Amino acid sequence: MASSESRALGFHLSIAVLACVPGLILVSDMLYSRLGPDPGEVVTKSLGMAAFQLLLATLCLTPLRKLTGWPGWLRVRRMLGLFSFCYAALHVLAFFQFIIGWQDLWSSFTRRPYIIFGLIAFVIMVPLAATSSKAMMRRLGKRWKVLHRGVYIVAVSAWVHFLWQARSDVGEMLAYGFLLLFLLVARVIWSSAFKRRFVSGVQ
Amino acid sequence: MIIKKRPAWSLPHSQVTPESVFLNRRRFMTGALAATAALALPGYGAAGSLPVPGEMLKYKKMPDWSTDEGLTPYEDATSYNNFYEFGTDKGDPKRYASALKTAPWTVTVEGECSKGGEYALEDILKPHDYQERIYRLRCVEAWSMVVPWIGVPLADLLTQFEPTPRARYVYFETLFEPEQMRGQRSAFSTIDWPYREGLRMDEAMNELSFMAVGLYGKTLPNQNGGPMRLVVPWKYGFKSIKSIVKIRFQETRPKTTWELIAPSEYGFYANVNPEVDHPRWSQKRERRLPSGLFSVNWMDTQKFNGYGDQVAQLYRGMDLKRFF
Repeated sequence: MASSESRALGFHLSIAVLACVPGLILVSDMLYSRLGPDPGEVVTKSLGMAAFQLLLATLCLTPLRKLTGWPGWLRVRRMLGLFSFCYAALHVLAFFQFIIGWQDLWSSFTRRPYIIFGLIAFVIMVPLAATSSKAMMRRLGKRWKVLHRGVYIVAVSAWVHFLWQARSDVGEMLAYGFLLLFLLVARVIWSSAFKRRFVSGVQ
Repeated sequence: MIIKKRPAWSLPHSQVTPESVFLNRRRFMTGALAATAALALPGYGAAGSLPVPGEMLKYKKMPDWSTDEGLTPYEDATSYNNFYEFGTDKGDPKRYASALKTAPWTVTVEGECSKGGEYALEDILKPHDYQERIYRLRCVEAWSMVVPWIGVPLADLLTQFEPTPRARYVYFETLFEPEQMRGQRSAFSTIDWPYREGLRMDEAMNELSFMAVGLYGKTLPNQNGGPMRLVVPWKYGFKSIKSIVKIRFQETRPKTTWELIAPSEYGFYANVNPEVDHPRWSQKRERRLPSGLFSVNWMDTQKFNGYGDQVAQLYRGMDLKRFF
């Protein structure tokens, strides 16, 4: 079915373009000097936020598939996850370059709680990104699924990483927190173990 | 009451704004704006005139109290700062501060002083000549600027209220007006408004402490704490409270806003100190703004922000790691 295939390709491409938008905005702001007097800080923050938002978008795909029944959502999951990882990696580099200037690495990672949570999130992302290929999926078999549940730890750590930095107004991070909570609770409710225990298990 | 009065004639002629510049910018003014400017006209040049944002001020340069480091451009200093009353983003103050009404402006003076009361801002500024002091401004977030402030020495301003010997601390408060300050309307703010700050009396009386009503020769834009803000250059920026409506002399140490939110992170003194680490930011270095993307403008942070000669004696015998 060529038409549905091309439709899937079109969807894939448009999601890819959307995922590029935060990066493109940054590049254009850079070229037009719209980043303000402390550009390093703006770049670091924007990259981190893009990584977090794309991670949440990735976590939305399974619930979207359940709700709409359309399997197409899952086809962009790996790509979105990898986009999130790319932004996170650039964010970490930007943090080293612009915020701490490659100094005091040890104390940054041992004494600043918000950085510790960011680090946890990123470190767990690395093996997930590395094992995202189809070949690795086949090789790891059942263990792949278990390993990739690590994404939930990534999401929660990343959220704490942001919340901890909110110095006085936590409104925005509470909103993200509710979204994340919804995405996690939905998975628990849809999980087969939960259904066995609480839905079909009730006689 | 002793108020140091500098004779007006001591002002060098080079300080006077060229008439052509003054007239030129006035040509752009129309309608109500022109009327406001006309009202301010008799006050033009005279210290104590009602501050209208962006109005040129007359002042005396104070090279002995100024750094010769390069100034942060006006555009950067007025578009990138923290003023949580308008939002937590650095661009929020400029974006939203136009909602703030700075005239008329009343300052309540109370506590351990013999001349307390409610004053119109222009009345407490009137007895003083404005000075320009170019100070380093070091934010606790590890960035810094160099800003030419216009204002009066805090000691001169406070002395006119005749604080009593019982006044050991001076407390300041920012305006609380959620209608004008959208950050104060946020339901999720952890700040217990109004914003509060304070100084020990000897800190307040130090010659470096400054009450600013302007920057770069003009009256303070709202986003920078108009119409009147504190500038304490040897302390982290959050001590320099903005848009002040209350001054209280007291015997006991006031609790300050950031101390109330996170006492383990922000102390009452908040002196710039590279040796005292902050749980969020290393304080050893700072980014002097404007900073580049490919060449970050790193600078080693100096103890007391480089003002140790003037203020170190205030803290003699104190363990600055404990009293941070």
